[in-house]
Amino acid sequence: MNAPMNFEEGRPAGHVRERLVVIGNGMAGCRAVEEILARDPGRFDVTIFGAEPRVNYNRIMLSPVLAGEKTFDEIVINTQEWYDDNGITLVSGDKVESIDREHKRVVAASGRIEPYDKLLIATGSDPFIIPVPGKDLDGVVTFRDLDDVDKMLAAAGQGGNAVVIGGGLLGLEAAHGLNLRGMDVTVIHLMPTLMERQLDEAAGWLLKTELERRGQTILTGANTKEIVGKDGKVAAVRLEDGTEIPASIVVMAVGIRPATGLAREAGLDVERGIMVDDHMVTSDPSVLAVGECVQHRGMCYGLVAPLWDMCRALADHVTENPTGYEGSVTSTKLKVSGIDLFSAGDFSGGEGCEDIVMRDASRGVYKRVIVKENKVLGAVLYGDTADGSWYFDLMKKGEDVSDIREALIFGQAFASGGALADPNAAVAALSDDAEICGCNGVSKGQVVSCINGGAHSLDAVRSTCKASASCGSCTGLVESLLALTLGGEVESGPKTMCKCTSFTHGDVRKLIVEKELREIPQIMQELHWTTPDGCASCRPALNYYLLCAWPGEYEDDQKSRFVNERMHANIQKDGTYSVVPRMWGGLTNPKELRAIADVVEKFNAPMVKVTGGQRLDIFGIKKEDLPAVWADLNAAGMVSGHAYGKSLRTVKTCVGSEWCRFGTQDSTGLGVQIERMTWGSWMPHKFKIAVSGCPRNCAEATIKDFGVVCVDSGYELHIAGNGGIKVRATDLLCKVETEQEAMDMCAAFIQFYREDAWYLERTAPWVERVGLQYVKDALAAEGAVEHYAARFRYSQQFMQDDPWAKRAAGEHEKLHQHLAEVRPFPGAKMENA
Amino acid sequence: MIGNWLDIGPVTQIEPGTARTLPVVGGEEIAVFHTMRNEFFAIVNKCPHKQGPLSQGIVHGDVVTCPLHNWNISLRSGKALGDDEGCVPTIPLKVDAGRIYLLRSAVIGGDDQAEAA
Repeated sequence: MNAPMNFEEGRPAGHVRERLVVIGNGMAGCRAVEEILARDPGRFDVTIFGAEPRVNYNRIMLSPVLAGEKTFDEIVINTQEWYDDNGITLVSGDKVESIDREHKRVVAASGRIEPYDKLLIATGSDPFIIPVPGKDLDGVVTFRDLDDVDKMLAAAGQGGNAVVIGGGLLGLEAAHGLNLRGMDVTVIHLMPTLMERQLDEAAGWLLKTELERRGQTILTGANTKEIVGKDGKVAAVRLEDGTEIPASIVVMAVGIRPATGLAREAGLDVERGIMVDDHMVTSDPSVLAVGECVQHRGMCYGLVAPLWDMCRALADHVTENPTGYEGSVTSTKLKVSGIDLFSAGDFSGGEGCEDIVMRDASRGVYKRVIVKENKVLGAVLYGDTADGSWYFDLMKKGEDVSDIREALIFGQAFASGGALADPNAAVAALSDDAEICGCNGVSKGQVVSCINGGAHSLDAVRSTCKASASCGSCTGLVESLLALTLGGEVESGPKTMCKCTSFTHGDVRKLIVEKELREIPQIMQELHWTTPDGCASCRPALNYYLLCAWPGEYEDDQKSRFVNERMHANIQKDGTYSVVPRMWGGLTNPKELRAIADVVEKFNAPMVKVTGGQRLDIFGIKKEDLPAVWADLNAAGMVSGHAYGKSLRTVKTCVGSEWCRFGTQDSTGLGVQIERMTWGSWMPHKFKIAVSGCPRNCAEATIKDFGVVCVDSGYELHIAGNGGIKVRATDLLCKVETEQEAMDMCAAFIQFYREDAWYLERTAPWVERVGLQYVKDALAAEGAVEHYAARFRYSQQFMQDDPWAKRAAGEHEKLHQHLAEVRPFPGAKMENA
Repeated sequence: MIGNWLDIGPVTQIEPGTARTLPVVGGEEIAVFHTMRNEFFAIVNKCPHKQGPLSQGIVHGDVVTCPLHNWNISLRSGKALGDDEGCVPTIPLKVDAGRIYLLRSAVIGGDDQAEAA
């Protein structure tokens, strides 16, 4: 407040008003002027410079304009009359080129010079252009102003393919608009989750699924390498993995940057944005700044809500009634019609944070509220955002929610309903004919009489009256009824898969197939997982179940794999790995042995050991050396031995009839055939096979998961043996006459085990649990062996693809390489690995 | 200020739900994590239990499960969770304009911190 006031109140005629020059005719600049006018209309002569040749409009409504839901006229905020009525000079289409702070004036592109007493910079932000080849081609546009929208509409008029780079708020709105305008739209997003700044994995997955249902192609985890042109015009987008997507228009919507160029050149303090204090004053007291171009208390905002608060504080300040701006808590809604999505605050979780998750698969709802020390810290809502503003309000006010904690996730109507705040009380208040389970049409009265009839656990209720036995979304209600009816007498049911779900392994396996669930986030949504992204127990299990259920379709999720299966080697106590190449049936040759010997020397492996499964284990290999080790072993014809996996390990053999004087059949040959058929298959747990050439059983086939004992008249097939913690001899499954029958039965048994057992259940405890007769019956049914064997062989065609070869060729190289190495000499310098 | 922070490269070099390692010559190897909730953390790559390489564990929420004996370690505090007791040193990390920075003094002094913990 250093502009001298020469006159007292009332401003007699002849008073010279201060000159306020505003750079930027956008939402922030005009709002600031409106706020000032509302407080003191006579204080300033206002001149507004706008680079765009038009009046001020609501930029956030460009998406509906693109989508054809609004016209430009409908999104104009201030018409020409507003400027005229308030005596504001609008200089549109003339960009300010420089600020001359010394003489307090600005210079525009046309040469126009405008002196000021107060200058307001409201230049907003610029779209960020990723520096890829082809970024300047004709047909590459951003999504920032009406000109961009016009370009997109022109392209849409020609039809064809559009690519949107960036799956954030703006990119998805652009994609939605172009899709509605009839284009085939592909969204390319660098991160694995759409709108990852606003959404967690679960909500991002729901959004992706919905957009795909609407016909958009969504590529996440995709890195743009180049925009390919033809005759100077955009023709396609090429990704880092080589994929090429045809495009007649490319919309670059990867983010925005505060437009600070003018301020920086004028010598104002600028970091990421133009530095302002709580009154929106820059490092020059005569220069103010507001909107997306500023940095306030370390924050730059790209949303509209903070503008209003900034403009209020700015107007209060220049009219000498300073109040100050203290930063904003922001929330986001996606403006895509038919998709309800809300996110606010901090949803990343953390120390002392508690996630309250509610999923309703039938309505497509996912809600997650993050609570810390009895306060709402953040919320992500998908499918039902009615309570978004309520959560946002609780969050902004920092209200103590301990009283409504139990019912918080059900929303305002429920939580503020007094007695209803206790879910049990709410269930107690339901009438007897109220429907509890929609899937099976079970009423409260039926559930209660079922409980009174002796069903004292969730599982018993499910099997008796079917309530909560299908989609499971009413599990909580049934549990409340159990508690209400029995008091503390509820029996705990069978062990659930993990703390993230109320379902057992068996339930989950069954539901994956019945409901055709094909991705981990989809299972978590449909089966009402109570955590956002599962845990170290359920993720590997779900990954296996999906791999087993959808061979060839499901894409293995590396981050849900235990370290050994992710690194394709066995981790040792010192963090190095051991490597076991496959030796078919325990056979080897000079070439393989030389290659192993060479690897041992080349990589200084401190130990080589013969394993119990008849092969060689090379110890002490560093994770970054693994691909090179594998390349050398591959070169000698060897592939992964899967000694690290919940998978087929080895087929141990004895020498059999070819050499042994007691041998009855070619056990070595059969072992090799079996190993060729079964290698590479993922299983619920590790799986070992052996083939002995006679009942002396030198290959120890009767303590294996599947054992063959050759006899004169054929082959005895044994199952479910174990030589581990609890030794268990096999059970005889059957006896067959030919090698082919033995192979078919082996394939069928493995597939039945793969489809029936729980994750981390070896064949021995599985058979103990389900009973030998159950397995025998399943395989004895008409056509069962052919059926299961065929399914196994189908699955195997996708599995018998050496993981070592792929890694040696560079797949997932980030898993092996260090980020860099730090060498802490003075002035430590980084060396990229 | 910039001199106090060590730029270790873009956020995109670590896939969400995974970690990568940063050996320090004469110091403790550091594991840099990117969670599925899109947060970044850096801790010394040694489980307080038996020095397992935490970078190789399964990441869920802001927790990593050690690959050797399934201890759960908070990436935020470095503390062992549940009934287990122990703590691994954390390294202050910030993300700015798409790049990851570690506090230089904590990286270089990794050894001292490890002993202090």
